[in-house]
Amino acid sequence: MDAIILQILNGLDKGSAYALIALGLTLIFGTLGVVNFAHGALFMIGAFVAVTLQRIFNLSFEQIDPTKKDFLGNPLKVEVPYVEAWFGADVGDWLIDWSVPLAIIFAIPVMLLVGFVMERGLIKHFYKRPHADQILVTFGLAIVLQELIKYFFGANPIQTGAPDAFSGSMDFGVLLGFDPNVIIYPYWRLVYFLFAAIVIGAVFSFLQFTTFGMVVRAGMADRETVGLLGINIDKRFTLMFGLAAAVAGMAGVMYTPILAPNYHMGMDFLVLSFVVVVVGGMGSLPGAVAAGFLLGVLQSFASMNEIKSLIPGIDQVIIYLVAIIILLTRPRGLMGRAGVMEE
Amino acid sequence: MKMLGLSQRDTTFLLIVVFLTLVTPILLQPFPEGSGMATFNAGYPDLMQRFAIFGIFAIGFNILFGLTGYLSFGHAAFLGVGSYSVVWMYKLLGYNVVPGILLAVIVSALFALLIGYVSLRRSGIYFSILTLAFAQMSYNLAYSVLTPLTNGETGLQVYTNDPQVLMGENSPTSPHFFGIVMNESAKLNVGGWEFTFNNGYYFCAIVAILVFYLSLRIFRSPFGLMLRAIKTNQTRLNYTGLNSRPYTLAAFVISGMYAGLAGALMASMDPLAGAERMQWTASGEVVLMTILGGAGTLMGPILGAGFIKYFENIFSKINDNMLHQWFAWMPDGIEDFLIGLSHFFVGKSWHLTLGLLFMLVVIFLPGGLVEGGQRIAKAVRNRRSKGDGAEAQTQPAE
Amino acid sequence: MGILEVKNVGKRFGGLQALSDVNLSVQENTVHAIIGPNGAGKSTLLNCFVGKLIPDTGSVMFNGQSVLGLKPHQINQMGISRVFQTPEIFGDLTVMENVMISCFAKRDGAFRMHPFETVAHERDIVEQAEQMLTDVNMIDKRHMHAASMSRGDKRRLEMAMCLAQEPRLLLLDEPTAGMARADTNNTIDLLKEIKEKRDITMAIIEHDMHVVFSLAERITVLAQGTPLVEDTPENIKGHPKVKEAYLGEAA
Repeated sequence: MDAIILQILNGLDKGSAYALIALGLTLIFGTLGVVNFAHGALFMIGAFVAVTLQRIFNLSFEQIDPTKKDFLGNPLKVEVPYVEAWFGADVGDWLIDWSVPLAIIFAIPVMLLVGFVMERGLIKHFYKRPHADQILVTFGLAIVLQELIKYFFGANPIQTGAPDAFSGSMDFGVLLGFDPNVIIYPYWRLVYFLFAAIVIGAVFSFLQFTTFGMVVRAGMADRETVGLLGINIDKRFTLMFGLAAAVAGMAGVMYTPILAPNYHMGMDFLVLSFVVVVVGGMGSLPGAVAAGFLLGVLQSFASMNEIKSLIPGIDQVIIYLVAIIILLTRPRGLMGRAGVMEE
Repeated sequence: MKMLGLSQRDTTFLLIVVFLTLVTPILLQPFPEGSGMATFNAGYPDLMQRFAIFGIFAIGFNILFGLTGYLSFGHAAFLGVGSYSVVWMYKLLGYNVVPGILLAVIVSALFALLIGYVSLRRSGIYFSILTLAFAQMSYNLAYSVLTPLTNGETGLQVYTNDPQVLMGENSPTSPHFFGIVMNESAKLNVGGWEFTFNNGYYFCAIVAILVFYLSLRIFRSPFGLMLRAIKTNQTRLNYTGLNSRPYTLAAFVISGMYAGLAGALMASMDPLAGAERMQWTASGEVVLMTILGGAGTLMGPILGAGFIKYFENIFSKINDNMLHQWFAWMPDGIEDFLIGLSHFFVGKSWHLTLGLLFMLVVIFLPGGLVEGGQRIAKAVRNRRSKGDGAEAQTQPAE
Repeated sequence: MGILEVKNVGKRFGGLQALSDVNLSVQENTVHAIIGPNGAGKSTLLNCFVGKLIPDTGSVMFNGQSVLGLKPHQINQMGISRVFQTPEIFGDLTVMENVMISCFAKRDGAFRMHPFETVAHERDIVEQAEQMLTDVNMIDKRHMHAASMSRGDKRRLEMAMCLAQEPRLLLLDEPTAGMARADTNNTIDLLKEIKEKRDITMAIIEHDMHVVFSLAERITVLAQGTPLVEDTPENIKGHPKVKEAYLGEAA
């Protein structure tokens, strides 16, 4: 029982990331009818917004510290971050420590902007082109974005830590009445899961309870009719693209303490997220979220030693295997509608 | 002149391709050794082999994607299977490449039959995702549980204690074709030029010409016609009494065999096989080549493969010293600026150039380089006819 | 015994009974029209003949053989060709290639692996296709890109593709839908010509009464998924039940 709970918990953070990316992919696909292969790159850009902010906070100048001497007795030069000099040591330290969550504040406008530029500059010219062309051009864009990041940040992963307050682990088992030290779970993963739940909840309530969201949902169901009503659906769809980009970006920001950002993380997650979308059913938002968590948890179960010894290699292929089985038995995915992307 | 069941135009076309392929070692070496432009020479064996091998890979991919429109993101799986087959034959039998290549083609055909049979039950993006899923599964398995077959991360290679039952006393100890050793070359020095005629390149080139001829025949055959019909209107095809499934499956298997052959040739040049050959980025590469050159055209995939491999090689070699040399004649400020700007596109950042180029092609030239060439030819012809006082026709570009 | 025998066919979509108890017999070498107001189930019925839909009840026999459960290409190979409401052609291919595909399908069946023959060397196929295009007055357009033609020409080409297969039954799904009067008249002339030149059975689904009364020898009126009457055009014209069905719709 404890092992099962542990695996579910372990699967949640990856599942959260899949769900967030798949949610954005589905929003874009459902509203604009565009298959966006550059969506993983948006996730990656988000992660690097966090890296950049941390670097900015760490920008330092050299100062002679009169209280310290080196071993020759000369005054010692120390690096002092500007933020400490400007806001005092306490606030400065706090800013550096909390740079990852703070990056969210910066990531939202940055990602909205990236999203708008992408949609207005490129994607909108591809509404009427075949899906294959959309895949190809966004695939090209993904390569470009990935290489730009590689150019500026190098090829190696960059460690970006969580705030000290969340860097440890909690004994989750005790809460549930198990013995201590059975279910140990890092705080940050819990934070990530809660964060994902909030974002997903916010997106759904936005679509459910605002007029804007209602129009978008109507547009997803039947674009032509909504267009005929004289509602300018295009402008709303541009905004949706920005929103989807922001969701992916925030997912990337918060994921940095779990996975040190590298330039190819976008592609790695994109491939899996696409599988998630297909399993959930193209165009179904609840499907995307459910499939994201489902596959995350399944992957985590498959990597249990007991299961691996039963079916060797299952941990490596479980997601793809599930996708193949689902596509063959339920071509519309778990919750897909009829007629989406068929022929 | 008509040859080999081809029309006059196709015969001429084939002969040009044969000629170009055979003189590649000379053509790609236009600059003397040691000159400033020598960087742009591409006439060395390793690169020329890659031209031929990726050309084969792309020609095969084009039979599936170019003709039927089914976009596979998993063709790298067959490439990997081909390489592994060859190395296994080295280990068991010996360094002659023939058994390995035959095995590679057979195994990749069976593998393609299996993957194709399942994946072709769906079309559009679902087909792309299914092929991607199969290829990623193969890749992950090659790294993990299939280690006894693939030697995992180290990659499969020949060890001294391997049986190699057909190895005689005097057999070459590297891949060969009945005694013709792949990595041996003849060098020819003329003036300041040096030309390398490599056995491996010519082996690949001859195979490439053969499979190009086959693809030419397929393009002109009723089978090829049916495949093109599938791309344009599958509904009509079914209501014309034709079953599209076996046609697409046959195209999938043929293109899988081409990929297996390409993988086999990779291992024939360099007796190694690694799982990274199966990764989806390798599948993406062949997609890039085919689109860049022009999907659905005969020459497109070869052009695309050549173009990407050439610029990958040249661009990634360009370094600061060379940039300084080239821009030295400019005022300092501009020189620095240009060098700084170039950094984005050369050396390790070459993929950025590739990505941009690819986007531009998809946006402005959906027919790829071949379409670009045709447009230029048309523009030249129009200008000429204008010059003659003839009526210049403005035709909408298709 | 007709060439197409439909017995007690019923089809339900969710809560909608699209077809119920349809009985129909299309006699060989006649033009049989199926008419009816919107939503009468005409298209559903046609889709049951070609393998796109499988009826819940009843049977559809073509030439003494059941077509139920067969795939569209299998039914086509039995001798049923279909013309669509909006012409379905191979837009990226030339007019000639379009017709040749039909000729290949006729000669080689649903699938044949012939990767090493050359299309241009298939003399008999080329001749057949050229003959067919001459018959429909399109021979001068044979090298044209099919997609670049006018709608009327596309319809003509689709007809030629179907005829090249020498079908025993030609199904036409509103062949003049959305056409201008002139195009409609051309299509009627073309169909009359076809009818005169060869022994062919046609089943036409049509809205346009002008077309129906110009061509049909038998007419079945469908309303709310059931046949109301089946008779000759003369008798149908004044039939009270038919008036009721149409006027009822109009009111």
